[in-house]
Amino acid sequence: MNDRIRKLRKLSVETQPSLSIERALHETAFYRENYGKYSTPVMRAMNFLDHCLKKNIYIGQDELIVGERGPAPKAVPTFPELTCHSVEDLHVLNTREMQRYTISQADIDAYDQKVIPYWKGRTQRERIFSHVPPEWKAAYEAGLFTEFMEQRAPGHTALDGKIYRKGMLDFKQEIAANMAALDYLNHPAATDKSEQWKAMDIACDAVIVFAERHAKLAEEMALKEPDPKRVEELKKIAKVCRRVPANAPRTFWEAIQMYWFVHLGTITELNGWDAMNPGHFDQHLTPFYEREIAAGTLTRDEAKELISCFWIKVNNHPAPPKVGITARESGTYNDFTNINIGGVKSDGSDGVSDVSYLMLEVIAELHILQPGNSVHISVKTPDEFLNAAVRLIRKGHGYPSVFNPDIYIREMLRQGKSLRDAREGGCSGCIEVGAFGKEAFLLTGYLNVPKILEITLNNGVDPVTGRVAGIETGDPRSFENFGMLYAAFLKQLNFVIDQKMRVSNYIDRMFAKYAPAPFLSVVIDDCISRGKDYYDGGPRYNTSYIQCCGLGTVTDSLAALKKHVFEEKKYSIEHLLMAVMNDFKGDEILRQTIRNRTPFFGNDDDYADSIAVKVYNDLVEAIDGKPNIKPGGKYHLNMLSTTCHVYFGKVMGATPNGRFAGKPISDGTSPSHGADTHGPSAVVKSLSKLDQVKSGGTLLNMRFLPGLLRKEEDVVKLGHLIRCYFTLGGHHVQFNIVDNATLLAAQACPEDYKDLLVRMAGYSDYFNDMNADLQQEVIERTEHDTF
Amino acid sequence: MAFNILGWMIFDIKRYAINDGPGIRVVVFFKGCNQHCTWCHNPEGISSGVEKLYTPAKCIGCGTCADVCPEQAITLAAGGIVTDAALCTVCGKCAEVCPTRAIEMSGTAMSVAEIMEIIEKERVFFDQSGGGVTFSGGEPLLHSRMLMELLDECGKRGIHRAVDTAGHVSTETLLEVARYTDLFLYDLKMMDAGLHEQWTGIGNEKILSNLKVLADTGTPVIIRIPLIGGVNDDEENIRQTAAFIVSLPGDSREVHLLPYHPIAKHKFTKLGKPDAFVLMEEPGRESIESVTGWFGEYGIRVRVGG
Repeated sequence: MNDRIRKLRKLSVETQPSLSIERALHETAFYRENYGKYSTPVMRAMNFLDHCLKKNIYIGQDELIVGERGPAPKAVPTFPELTCHSVEDLHVLNTREMQRYTISQADIDAYDQKVIPYWKGRTQRERIFSHVPPEWKAAYEAGLFTEFMEQRAPGHTALDGKIYRKGMLDFKQEIAANMAALDYLNHPAATDKSEQWKAMDIACDAVIVFAERHAKLAEEMALKEPDPKRVEELKKIAKVCRRVPANAPRTFWEAIQMYWFVHLGTITELNGWDAMNPGHFDQHLTPFYEREIAAGTLTRDEAKELISCFWIKVNNHPAPPKVGITARESGTYNDFTNINIGGVKSDGSDGVSDVSYLMLEVIAELHILQPGNSVHISVKTPDEFLNAAVRLIRKGHGYPSVFNPDIYIREMLRQGKSLRDAREGGCSGCIEVGAFGKEAFLLTGYLNVPKILEITLNNGVDPVTGRVAGIETGDPRSFENFGMLYAAFLKQLNFVIDQKMRVSNYIDRMFAKYAPAPFLSVVIDDCISRGKDYYDGGPRYNTSYIQCCGLGTVTDSLAALKKHVFEEKKYSIEHLLMAVMNDFKGDEILRQTIRNRTPFFGNDDDYADSIAVKVYNDLVEAIDGKPNIKPGGKYHLNMLSTTCHVYFGKVMGATPNGRFAGKPISDGTSPSHGADTHGPSAVVKSLSKLDQVKSGGTLLNMRFLPGLLRKEEDVVKLGHLIRCYFTLGGHHVQFNIVDNATLLAAQACPEDYKDLLVRMAGYSDYFNDMNADLQQEVIERTEHDTF
Repeated sequence: MAFNILGWMIFDIKRYAINDGPGIRVVVFFKGCNQHCTWCHNPEGISSGVEKLYTPAKCIGCGTCADVCPEQAITLAAGGIVTDAALCTVCGKCAEVCPTRAIEMSGTAMSVAEIMEIIEKERVFFDQSGGGVTFSGGEPLLHSRMLMELLDECGKRGIHRAVDTAGHVSTETLLEVARYTDLFLYDLKMMDAGLHEQWTGIGNEKILSNLKVLADTGTPVIIRIPLIGGVNDDEENIRQTAAFIVSLPGDSREVHLLPYHPIAKHKFTKLGKPDAFVLMEEPGRESIESVTGWFGEYGIRVRVGG
């Protein structure tokens, strides 16, 4: 890390995130002045242009890559057209302990007087909630699912390589050619298309203006700058900003700046989920890198410095905070820009280059929250790259996550993408797949699968609130066998999913109608050629995902019911339900018996794994292939939970797997915490029984004690474990190298940490089997890294 | 003895073993050992019979075990249960019902087919990583009949086979087993016969001569040394060990050091023999470095941790 990067990193890490009301003020004034004068898409584009013309431009000391969404690093704008923060929200954000966003009282007052009154009744969120049917509301309030689009615009977007070949002026030409060919006499949608194209054209101008204002500022700063070296840099910045994004980039520097302006454009125009993502950034940059290295116009160190500058830029952009009830909850600053590194190229060949290694080096050196990063390991990926990634994993920062292109390409082919488009795709945000640059793949929300079992066991009533949350599927006391219970669960599941889809479709229309994204539409195929917005079926592919949570918890709960109640009849269903309702108070024997004598998911045991497979297949059946309302668009599922398993756990009582009320449910497709006791290879085998190609992504979190990655051979062996999982059809895995805080938690609550295993030559014991002294010993060794 | 009409006593089968031979392995632990090393880290592997393990920290004092005990050997006490060893027949009924698995039986009679079924579950990991099976213990060579059956079966299925032995068995047995073994992990504790007997209960003459014979056959051997502070980490012992290794035929010039760790303390408690635990000295970083250096002078590579 050189001095420049050290300073930029320090500023980025140490700056407290704050809220900027600048965008909201510009937008509110613009809407007051202009609402009703233009078509919605044109209005949106003009609003975007207006803000780009007026917003404060920031070029920091030492910066090479320039541009901020707000007026300064970590100053986050608000998007009142989607969700308007109340005064109370702003106070909460300003004062809460976790994930705080500061805002001055003067700004809160300004918001109260100028912004809030205008948007009252006009926000997307209010539109949505004024529409939803009571059944949906009951299920939503019970925590059976969440709805992404009530807080932010649909997003999860990643780019392909087009912006490295075309500039905004090229896109404007394409738009003009389409407009010139419009047949107003015979084409019924001509007017609508024309408005879309006008909007896209204005949006292109907006980002060009935005870049030019940076060029101008850099030139002004150069005039006042005493340091001749910095003067040259500022002049270079100006030159780059006059070149891109108007024109296609020619150099490595221009290519990174090109992407960054496009990134900022999309996240300033609207507040899409999971920000924006360059996709296979190493692959996009490689041609520039190789050309310049060969020509001697760029050194490896300079390339690394520019990549570092970019990384810090992403870190400067915390996720915009939510509104309403969730403002009190802790969230995350992470906006889930997920850089895909490695993988395969569109011709199927290995995508690893020196730029891929440079990125791993940058990640290791910077150690910052954003951007997220992932390595993509196909059968063609060299072991050298895999091992370099595992060495990074060993550092214990929780990244990179590891993806399997050989499977996710098949997932996309199954969804109907062309081979080329599938190969250019990858994973955005967390684990969800999409055809980068050609698809709207929207996450619609999380589904609380264990909660569906909970209301099934209460005949449609949420036992936590006593209110009806689903439909009546029969009194569980009347179920004579496991099949009857499962059938009821399935009925409930389908009902809940239908509720969710119904409202998601409505929300989709609301975005198409009131909050189109003309700039995003410019960079996603085939919005230009179709003359349609990103939210309105413009993209080549249109997918709606439902993210199913808690496979481990629901599997283990069903396994417990099947074994102890219906097969062995050790406990009556009344007994078990009563114990669950009482949070196992006074019935620790039953709870312990379940915890210790039930086959749980994650142990390569077919008893439990077959239940997991059944639930998974039934989720696929209920969701996959159902039409969303866009042309050719379909629902698919993925098995992502992010941190929602914590929220879902909070709204639940105890579960039949012995989990206490309020505790988190299992995450992604991972086993429940502490349920897997046969080591990582058994976990991998269990997970591989799910036909993951039928998903749009699964998620496997694994916890490792540092002792398992001590030697270089251990690194290689973890690489083998990953290869095996991927050979068996795994989509994703990530490793948390356990830190001392986790180990201390493990001491306090050993049953949740039974999966932590210790490996020493000729010796085996699970961490949790050791007495406190020895656990302490392991902890101390972790600290000193001498295990 | 080791043989049992139901099968052979296995006390653990460990998956994703990464310190007991090349690649990702399964380790099968045979119960029963003919040495009694003071620092033993698998004390449940010494006796060849079934033993009852009890973990007080897991016990919730529910008394379910006492209710089912046919001998009334279990009584509830403060902080858990007490088992009267004189009455207990290790029938295992208490372990079957214990809700928390605070009581477990160490030693399961398993057939070759049952063991192979578990080994097969890990096949994909062997294939990918160049791993396989390691038979350990206890002393697996005390169960040579079953061991050879298992080795033969693994060989037929193309699974790499390692045997982790302390070498104190008849030379014929060792050579017979060697025919079915791809790699030996051979424990070498110390060179002085008297000290060896003092610390392990037996002399080392046979161990040394067997190692020589084994090396003569050309079977790959990795020598493993449990390094105990103040016991065998001194310069004299290490130089003698190194000289011995160098004198062996073949090109086995790699030694794995397994530094002592008091990790087995709780196992003695579980076995109901807390007083049998002897706390030894952990070799420090300096000691490990010196040992590595001395071996290096003889051209022997050292790996720490197996």
